[in-house]
Amino acid sequence: MPSPSILLAFLLLALPAAAQEVVEDAIPRSLTGTPGDATRGRAIVADRQRGLCLLCHSGPFPEEPFQGNLAPSLAGAGSRWTEGQLRLRLVDGKRLNPDSIMPSYHRREGLHRVGPAFQGRTILTAAEIEDVLAFLMTLREEAAP
Amino acid sequence: MIHRALMLALLALPALAQERRSGFEDMAPQTQAMQRDDTSNPGMLWALEGEDLFRQPAGPAGQSCASCHAEGSMQGVAARYPAWDTARQAPIDLAGRIAQCRTDRQGAPPLARESQGLLALSAHVGQQSRGLPIAPPADPRLDAARVQGAALYAERRGQLDLSCAQCHDDHPGRRLAGSIIPQAHPTGYPLYRLEWQALGSLQRRLRGCMTGVRAEPFAYGAPEYIAIELFLMSRAAGLAVETPAVRP
Ligand code: HEC
Ligand code: HEC
Ligand code: HEC
Repeated sequence: MPSPSILLAFLLLALPAAAQEVVEDAIPRSLTGTPGDATRGRAIVADRQRGLCLLCHSGPFPEEPFQGNLAPSLAGAGSRWTEGQLRLRLVDGKRLNPDSIMPSYHRREGLHRVGPAFQGRTILTAAEIEDVLAFLMTLREEAAP
Repeated sequence: MIHRALMLALLALPALAQERRSGFEDMAPQTQAMQRDDTSNPGMLWALEGEDLFRQPAGPAGQSCASCHAEGSMQGVAARYPAWDTARQAPIDLAGRIAQCRTDRQGAPPLARESQGLLALSAHVGQQSRGLPIAPPADPRLDAARVQGAALYAERRGQLDLSCAQCHDDHPGRRLAGSIIPQAHPTGYPLYRLEWQALGSLQRRLRGCMTGVRAEPFAYGAPEYIAIELFLMSRAAGLAVETPAVRP
């Protein structure tokens, strides 16, 4: 009979794995169990050191002059996709398209020569992913053509 | 033999896929004008300093570079580097060759990578190939390193998990934030980069592209950089040398 503390440890270890469970093309369950904050999410998306999104994407950020054109506009993302689909796209979009240039924001494995300052760390934390998702879900309107 | 066939196939690919163009073509007209006019090209300050250094005696025998290398003898040299170094039985880049002459032949204190002196001498030697087509040597001893360079170019790295090819072959001409992604032809090194406010080597540029994807860069002078340079020079064969170029 394992001690309760060992059981608890097992449960804790199992948690993140269960939270990231992929169902078809989505991760339906929140990574944290707490709803994200869209205002914080917007700041992360616009931040070139944290979200890095605007290196590749454009979006409804009139105050940001240099936006990339390597990827579709983020405008309307919240109406094109469900939250679960966007969660998988952020956590590990390479499960959808292995050749994608979009980084996997919540994956540590399978990387090569990661710089010392970033080793063992994901690009965004689980809470940051949920914040970004909350923001993306507010982007209902398509970009002007 | 198989190696060579593979290499030729790899090298032919990007050339077939798209018209090759120097990063110069992607620059704003003002930056292009800065490079074209020697009186406004800041890289010329380093090239002139290099010209002085070339004639300055150094080391116990009081010899200068010019004691052994006649005026004009450096023409075309930069267009065919990296080359094979028989002494070390390995490929060597132009800066490495200059540093080697300085220590082994002049007996002078070594010039570190990215030091002002080595950059200046490299700019001076490189400038004498300006306008000449890049002409990588057909030396089979370089093949293995060239193949290694091609592999390093195609390999994903860093926390962002991106290869050189994904940006420079798959998306040239697109914008990464404010920067237009060039085709990565090493036509102008060492060059003056506005972002650096200084002259820098190709290796400094490659480090920037590696740390940009949050990868651990190789140490200056590492054989991996020389392998990548060999591959990039083959890919750029025929394009004109621009040293010292200007880039954003
Ligand atoms: C290095 C480039 C790059 C970065 C950085 C990047 N993406 Fe992407 N993203 C892409 C590309 C390319 C696609 C198109 C699909 C594909 O190729 O995977 C894409 C697709 C998407 C999509 C689906 C687009 C659609 O069809 O509606 C969303 C949403 C998205 N990205 C959000 C983000 C967010 C949020 C960030 C920052 C946290 C981000 N991306 C960072 C390159 C990038
Ligand atoms: C004592 C004579 C001597 C001095 C001094 C000297 N070199 Fe050399 N250098 C040589 C010789 C000999 C070679 C040919 C080496 C070889 O091919 O292996 C050479 C080769 C080179 C090459 C390669 C040329 C090619 O065609 O591949 C460059 C570049 C060069 N030297 C630059 C310099 C510079 C710059 C200096 C001053 C810092 C310098 N050398 C000082 C003797 C000298
Ligand atoms: C995320 C995209 C990206 C990746 C990955 C990348 N680069 Fe770059 N590279 C750029 C951009 C953008 C520039 C131009 C920067 C500027 O103008 O400020 C550049 C510039 C260069 C240049 C300078 C070209 C010139 O005209 O002087 C070379 C050479 C180069 N890269 C080689 C490489 C190599 C080799 C790798 C792989 C080790 C690599 N890059 C990886 C985006 C990338």
